[in-house]
Amino acid sequence: MTLFSAEHLTMIFGGLMAVDEFSLELKGGDLIGLIGPNGAGKTTVFNMITGNLKPTRGKILFKGEEISGLKPNAITRRGIARTFQNIRLFQDLPVIENVMISYHARLRSSFMGAVLQTPLYNREEKEMRTGAMVLLQRVRLADLASERAGSLSYGQQRRLEIARALATNPKLLLLDEPAAGMNPQETQELMDFILKIKEDFDLTVLLIEHDMRVVMGICQWIKVLDYGATIAEGTPKEIQNNPQVIAAYLGEAGGKGIA
Amino acid sequence: MHPTRDRILTGLSFMALFAFLYWAKGNATEYQIRLMNNCAIFITLAVSYNLINGICGQFSLEPNAFVAIGAYTSALLTMSPAEKQISFIIEPLIWPLNVISIPFWLSLIVAGVVTGFLAFLMGFPVFRVRGDYLAIVTLGFGEVVRVVANNLQTITNGPLGLKGLVPHTNLWWSFGFMTCTLFFIWRLTKSSFGRAMKAIREDEVAAEAMGIRSFRYKMMAFTVSGFFEGIAGGLLAHLITTISPVLFTFFLTFNLLIIIVVGGLGSTTGCVISSVLFVLGSEALRAVEEPFSIGPVHVPGIPGMRMVIFAVILVMVMIFARQGIMGRGELSWQRLIDLLRRTGGLLRSRG
Amino acid sequence: MPFQMFLQQLINGISLGSLYGLVAIGYTMVYGILRLINFAHGDVLMMGCYFAFYAILIFSLPWYFSFLVAIFLTAVLGIAIDRGAYLPVRKGPRISALITAIGVSFLLENLALVIFGGRPKPFYRPPLFGKVIEWGDLHFLTLSLWIPFITLVLVLLLLLVIYRTRTGMAMRAIARDMETVRLMGVDVNRITSITFALGSALAAAGGIMWALKFPQIEPYMGIIPGLKAFVAAVLGGIGNVIGAALGGFLLGLLEIMLVALMPSLGGYKDAFAFLILIGILLFRPIGIMGEKLPD
Repeated sequence: MTLFSAEHLTMIFGGLMAVDEFSLELKGGDLIGLIGPNGAGKTTVFNMITGNLKPTRGKILFKGEEISGLKPNAITRRGIARTFQNIRLFQDLPVIENVMISYHARLRSSFMGAVLQTPLYNREEKEMRTGAMVLLQRVRLADLASERAGSLSYGQQRRLEIARALATNPKLLLLDEPAAGMNPQETQELMDFILKIKEDFDLTVLLIEHDMRVVMGICQWIKVLDYGATIAEGTPKEIQNNPQVIAAYLGEAGGKGIA
Repeated sequence: MHPTRDRILTGLSFMALFAFLYWAKGNATEYQIRLMNNCAIFITLAVSYNLINGICGQFSLEPNAFVAIGAYTSALLTMSPAEKQISFIIEPLIWPLNVISIPFWLSLIVAGVVTGFLAFLMGFPVFRVRGDYLAIVTLGFGEVVRVVANNLQTITNGPLGLKGLVPHTNLWWSFGFMTCTLFFIWRLTKSSFGRAMKAIREDEVAAEAMGIRSFRYKMMAFTVSGFFEGIAGGLLAHLITTISPVLFTFFLTFNLLIIIVVGGLGSTTGCVISSVLFVLGSEALRAVEEPFSIGPVHVPGIPGMRMVIFAVILVMVMIFARQGIMGRGELSWQRLIDLLRRTGGLLRSRG
Repeated sequence: MPFQMFLQQLINGISLGSLYGLVAIGYTMVYGILRLINFAHGDVLMMGCYFAFYAILIFSLPWYFSFLVAIFLTAVLGIAIDRGAYLPVRKGPRISALITAIGVSFLLENLALVIFGGRPKPFYRPPLFGKVIEWGDLHFLTLSLWIPFITLVLVLLLLLVIYRTRTGMAMRAIARDMETVRLMGVDVNRITSITFALGSALAAAGGIMWALKFPQIEPYMGIIPGLKAFVAAVLGGIGNVIGAALGGFLLGLLEIMLVALMPSLGGYKDAFAFLILIGILLFRPIGIMGEKLPD
């Protein structure tokens, strides 16, 4: 049963072809990696899926419904969540509130209910707080719950981003370079974490990464982009030995190597 | 956290406040009562204004326009037909306004609803497009209100304005309404809806990505601000008993802007503190505009110097102390207790 | 409406439109680079007029020299505002910059009030501009011909700077992507100051011509033209210089036509620009020449 499909997604800015005919089909439980040199169009693909960009051409279907052109908040409410490459947390808000916000879209109380603190609202608020705490415990940030999000370390902020994405109750999770800036131990923990949450939350994961340990380590299938075009796709083993992929990366100084 | 303790303390403080007002009614001078009324109304306005600017992070310049609309709406509804006949000497007031006269409390509600509705209409084109434009749209709207008020002889009585309003607004009304506004806005801000607004302020793209319909909550903040500012306008009208277009210039908005910036954009308690400081400070600064002498040197008063000082304060705060007094945080009972403990400790170690 | 009157109003409209266009260009340039609505722009216009006024009055300089000096001083003022007030808040949230702009605007207005006094002052109109031309039933000042002419010259000069100089290229690049331009080693702050200088100079030119046309200056004179010029900039497509000029012309013409066709609504002409703004936002937010600005 296809959960998600992107068909011939194309993005053209001015005269520049940022993404050229990107297609992808996902079933529940898939863990797919999207790799390629910087500027290959990976984040642009994400932005098209999440509604931040309107594709110039192409269609996106999620749970049988066409979602291309919908606004980001609508797409999130339908079950697609994302993290950002350059961490966009709510800096001045406490850590726990960063996560609680993801529950807001599902709030049933009206604003009058919130002001008057009706029993329904109080119950919902309690549920949001408890749910957020549970997620914070999973990412080991529970003891920092009241701290200002901006005061967290880089690694902690990355984990918080994942927690708040999970709080939107997604079926499809888009992770944009989740391992960026992590040391080998943190990276290993991240890999275990992704596999665990995929199972516990019954998720499908699409992952952009430069760190090949992560990509080769956990992805079932990999798509390689270069200058917007899909130059290769296959299992990790196939990709590792693909000459075109190697060439594309050798053109770039300082990728976290394939071999 | 001690929510029960905090609630009791807050309840006690308000009871103390109202007990004080009861005493003041009989014992304070008219000047002092006027200052107190001003404080209450400014607190109300600042806290409402802070909702759209500070909590939701959308820069608006609406207060003078909304206060004017609320003032005129409320005034036109409470004035007796006889009073209206006396005021409208150039052209008579249109029907049905010239025969209506409704109770004060009802006129306030209508004022709030009308203003809130106008806020809603204005928010539509702006928030859907680019929040940046909100400031210029609201600034422009303020000018439009002024122009309309000056020209619409048959409704607003033009430059002559409305006179002879019954001074309904007393300490109970102004502080009572202030309390309601504080309650509503405090609760809203602390709730999930307040969090959504703050998220929009912090990072709108991220907020949308977490499922928040940012348009909806910007509209909510703006409309609620409008509602309370409109009612405050009605209260103001019935406090000073005479209104005309010149009362509602950009100066009012500017003062409120200084208040919320100095208090801390996004802090409701900060607004309360800075409102009081502002009302008292303005009175004190009046001295600068009167002639005074330092010994043998006689300094002539410089009219308008007060506003220059305010403008300089605003720019300085923005450059050097953007957070204002409270920053984004609130003055909680816990903080106050801690502060008192520390001060007490300091005094004890000295003495 | 008789043709003569139409022509008369057309001339008025073009004059007024030129002025709006000149001021609108300043707004649009600053917004294009900084995404900042420079609320103080209208007040910079006002200061330009006062500079000219005092240059003539106190220093007895011949008018053409005074005007140039005033324009120069206003450009300096623009740079001072950019460096003194806007640069320190550039790194912060956008709302801080907007609030600072309002603060500067208010400061200029009240400083002018305190220093120059609130009473309107008469602005000198040199005979060159004051001659009345009669052509059939038409009466107009030579000024009405000079204004569009000077505006056209200034706009062409500016376009030359923007499209034919390296500074201009830097300005255009910064409008697209400030960070990348900074990374390429360009002194972004210097270019920004130049932008402010140019915009303020144009505002001063517009202001002086405004004062020649309506020969009274007072501290709050810049507010309404400023607001309308901003609407003109949005109408033309914010960020686009030619758009700002076009938007200004269009707005000026529409305003004059409104008053000419419906004189009873004359009192509302200042509100008219605001209605146009709302209309633009509702129906064509990117304006006439607008391209979608990446936000």
